[in-house]
Amino acid sequence: MVIDIDTVRYVAELARLHLEEKDIEYFTGQLARILEYVEKIKKLDVEKVSPTSHPLSLKNIFREDKVMPSLSPEEATANAPFKSGNLFVVPRIIE
Amino acid sequence: MDLTCLTAHKLLELLDNKEITVEEILDALFERIERLQPKLSAFASFDKKEAISRWQKNKERIKDKRLFGIPILIKDNICVKDELTTCASRILKDFKPPYNATVIDRLEASGAILLGKANMDEFAFGSSTESSAYYITRNPWDLDRVPGGSSGGSACAVASHQTILALGSDTGGSIRQPASFCGAVGLKPTYGRVSRYGLIAFASSLDQIGPITKDVEDAAILLSVISGYDPKDSTSAQIPVPDYRKIIKEPVKGMKIGIPKEYFQEGIDKEVELSIKEAINKFKDLGAICEEISLPHTEYAVSVYYLVATAEASSNLARYDGVQYGYRAPSPSAPQPPSPLLDMYKRTRAEGFGAEAKRRILLGTFALSSGYYDAYYLRALKVRTLIKQDFDEAFERFDCILTPTSPTAAFKIGEKIEDPLTMYLSDIFTISVNLAGIPGVSIPCGFTKEKLPIGLQILGKPFDEATILKAAYNFEQATEYHLRSPSL
Repeated sequence: MVIDIDTVRYVAELARLHLEEKDIEYFTGQLARILEYVEKIKKLDVEKVSPTSHPLSLKNIFREDKVMPSLSPEEATANAPFKSGNLFVVPRIIE
Repeated sequence: MDLTCLTAHKLLELLDNKEITVEEILDALFERIERLQPKLSAFASFDKKEAISRWQKNKERIKDKRLFGIPILIKDNICVKDELTTCASRILKDFKPPYNATVIDRLEASGAILLGKANMDEFAFGSSTESSAYYITRNPWDLDRVPGGSSGGSACAVASHQTILALGSDTGGSIRQPASFCGAVGLKPTYGRVSRYGLIAFASSLDQIGPITKDVEDAAILLSVISGYDPKDSTSAQIPVPDYRKIIKEPVKGMKIGIPKEYFQEGIDKEVELSIKEAINKFKDLGAICEEISLPHTEYAVSVYYLVATAEASSNLARYDGVQYGYRAPSPSAPQPPSPLLDMYKRTRAEGFGAEAKRRILLGTFALSSGYYDAYYLRALKVRTLIKQDFDEAFERFDCILTPTSPTAAFKIGEKIEDPLTMYLSDIFTISVNLAGIPGVSIPCGFTKEKLPIGLQILGKPFDEATILKAAYNFEQATEYHLRSPSL
């Protein structure tokens, strides 16, 4: 099998996604089927092909180094689920 | 005269001649929305008073009158300042953006009226609008069927005359496939044609915003308003925007059209195939030259797409961590976990995302993870090059390419939602376009025996939306499919 329960558990950890055991089993079965299907790209010889990460051939786009209008601290924090003044509040990280 | 059933260009003409007022259009539309929303659930949110007051306040900002007084529905992944923008996800349940997407600024500068937000698959992950965290949107032609997706709300609302225009977004077919299923016109512009500033990102090398409309002329008008370079989006192209509305009316005589044989192989519904063949004959009647071509790497498109798109999605969705905006899972009362912050991230994401979002995050993270990156993600990018080269070669000889938009007409609600791979395969004819970055439009080209719309897809060279819209307009004017409406 291309992907097993342990790999899905590991990937969920990388993705910061809590999954119950039953979810891990459920997703493992589905992902295995999807990966089995996408295996077909391995049939092609791509040794000499360069990758396309982007459809346009763009290189470093720079803007002028000029101050532009931006959000105020109040606007930038308006959607925060927890805040104190204009600061984002998160659970304690350091004891 | 029922104003809801008219096109934008017709309404603009009536408004110009002072035969109708903007208030009359809004009254008629909101009456229809109130009646049809319980039946079809096309809208994620709407508020008549808010729409009117926003428009009143906006009046001073109007620079040109290209869409003056024309109502438009916005897909719920496009930021509208101070209005709910949720991507139909629990994780953005109460999110009100502090700024407008560039397309919204451009619409409002042209005098368009924002009606509300359209329902969609959560984060545009889906082909049926069944994975919305709100509710399932229904197909206006058959309430037991899906409207397509992910811009299902936008397409449904246009086809059922609950809006005059709509914006959708298309990462793998999310404008064209629902337009096809609902009998509307849906255009995915070239990558870089329309600014994506304020479009909530799904897959950044594939996403584009585009019009869903009742006819081709409206798509041309709307495209000209939203297109063009935007310094806020470094992927937007500095290429002039032509006068689409004028060009589309030129004849197609002598136009060279390629018909890729790979799009007519097993899996395509017989009625769809027949309808597309009739459309090809219609183009021949109009003086176009149609020839069979080959796009040999078509069969790899779904595989490449579901590796590239999910990899990019897993990275884009990393921002939803319960800190700066959106949903945060409440902290457990006891016992205190060893790392409260990490625990908060993981539970926030577990509770905030739906099943399809989780599936794509897992698949994308897997494809990018150490040990699998070369075999999956990098290899997919290389095959993407081959898919793009197929199109480059075809466009050396042809002006555009004709295909079905989808292998079938609208499928039943519940038919594919439990089987992700089958759902993914329903995008088989639309996703190559996003991988290659080229433009594509879907227009109505027939109906099945069960009276479901069938869509014809026309693909063009990069930044040559004018040619595909011209082909679409000529076909539309020679047929009557776009004039039919569902009875509701």
